[in-house]
Amino acid sequence: MSKNTSNKVDKQSSEPVERQVVLPFKQSLAISFKQIKVRFFRSLITTLSLVLAISFLSFVRVSNDVANGLLSTGDPDFRRQLIRAGYDLGPEDVRAETNPKQRWIVILSILVCVVGIVNAQLMAVTERFREIGTMKCLGALDRFILRLFLLEAGMQGVVGAMAGALMGGLFSLLNSVVRFGNASLTHVLWGDVFFSMAFATGVGFFLSLAGVFYPAIIAARMQPVEAMRAEH
Amino acid sequence: MLNEQSKALKGELTEAVERKIVRVSQVTKTFKLGKVDVQALKGVDLDILAGRYVSIMGPSGSGKSTLFNMIGGLDKPSSGKVFIDEVDIAQLDAYELAWLRCRKIGYIFQTFNLIQVMTALENVTLPMIFGGMGNESATKKGMELLDLVGLGDRYQHKPFELSGGQQQRVAVARALANNPAIILADEPTGNLDLITGEEIIALLKNLSWERKVTVISATHDIKMLNVSDQVIWIRDGRIEKIEEREDLTISVGSVGERW
Repeated sequence: MSKNTSNKVDKQSSEPVERQVVLPFKQSLAISFKQIKVRFFRSLITTLSLVLAISFLSFVRVSNDVANGLLSTGDPDFRRQLIRAGYDLGPEDVRAETNPKQRWIVILSILVCVVGIVNAQLMAVTERFREIGTMKCLGALDRFILRLFLLEAGMQGVVGAMAGALMGGLFSLLNSVVRFGNASLTHVLWGDVFFSMAFATGVGFFLSLAGVFYPAIIAARMQPVEAMRAEH
Repeated sequence: MLNEQSKALKGELTEAVERKIVRVSQVTKTFKLGKVDVQALKGVDLDILAGRYVSIMGPSGSGKSTLFNMIGGLDKPSSGKVFIDEVDIAQLDAYELAWLRCRKIGYIFQTFNLIQVMTALENVTLPMIFGGMGNESATKKGMELLDLVGLGDRYQHKPFELSGGQQQRVAVARALANNPAIILADEPTGNLDLITGEEIIALLKNLSWERKVTVISATHDIKMLNVSDQVIWIRDGRIEKIEEREDLTISVGSVGERW
């Protein structure tokens, strides 16, 4: 790449100034990974709110999958048990849907989780102000910094959301076995369960990225001169 | 390709020992503090020749840091021009500025500013990777530079496992990573004890001598004066005086006695 650009010669000097600064993807990945590893407990706490919100989402959805599995048998006994367990089933309903109350609680928990992530990431940016400034003094572009933060949050997001989805799903299955017996496992459609957990993972990953976006932009726009300030 | 580049750079440096590497012309800088305008620099003219060891001295609030940041391409003047290697920095866009910082200027900070999560070697190689160097050659050169500053055996250490002086040595190695024309040192001895500070100063002086790198440092440290080719005194947003090495030895002598 530098070969192409080195042909272009700057108007004012013999040394071309247009040449690009680069940070290969593999390197960015390695740096972000190290950042997480070093601040493991901090990352863990940031991720924990995500884990909880996503496991709740996953729990609700997998529970519905189990209920649908039971309903599909057409056994009135299961229907009675489900209603007793709190499912809003009308006489003609053949599927259990997430009811509005559950939906609101899920949305609220997700909102709280995003606010938590934004807060934690803003702290992380403030804490690393000098480091970001130093990187910029060494020639980093805005988008390197942005990428580093997004990658970090992406990794936290994948791991946290997966853990949350698995936790919520397993807990939901366990809960169904306790309530409705082994029948709940034999009738459930595993494809649905898998889809619900994958959906929860996807939501978690997206939330993690959404939460870091604003802090990462603040970090990326920081001026390199901040690195010179001794106190921070 | 890299060899060609470094050869070209070396050639450029030897050919132009008396070249003006930094040219500051009629620079003013005004900061807005609330509703009040504060003029930090009130028209500064300055030429810095390549390959010299220059110290900028001045009390805090004198505009020393502002001038220093301008020379380092970290800040743009309100009026007037700053040329680094004959390139007007006000004309550069973000990409070109980043390239300039990466390849032309090496920074050394008072607080060392190593990236805490990286080992000494990784800290030194980071600017080379930004500069587009391959991993292997960056590692090789990084080790050479660490050897040069006397920390070859500690390349795997993280910054918190190194003493202040050692961290500053790593920072010096990092500043040299892309064979810069200028090394900017902001109070490089400010956080070090007397002896370690002297070691760092000697190291910088040697480097500027051997590699013909221009070293520009902002400092309060009198020890710095001994090795400087030129001392620029700033007061109240203007250059108070510029002392050359010859005049300097006398004034340092009197300071030395008091010590």
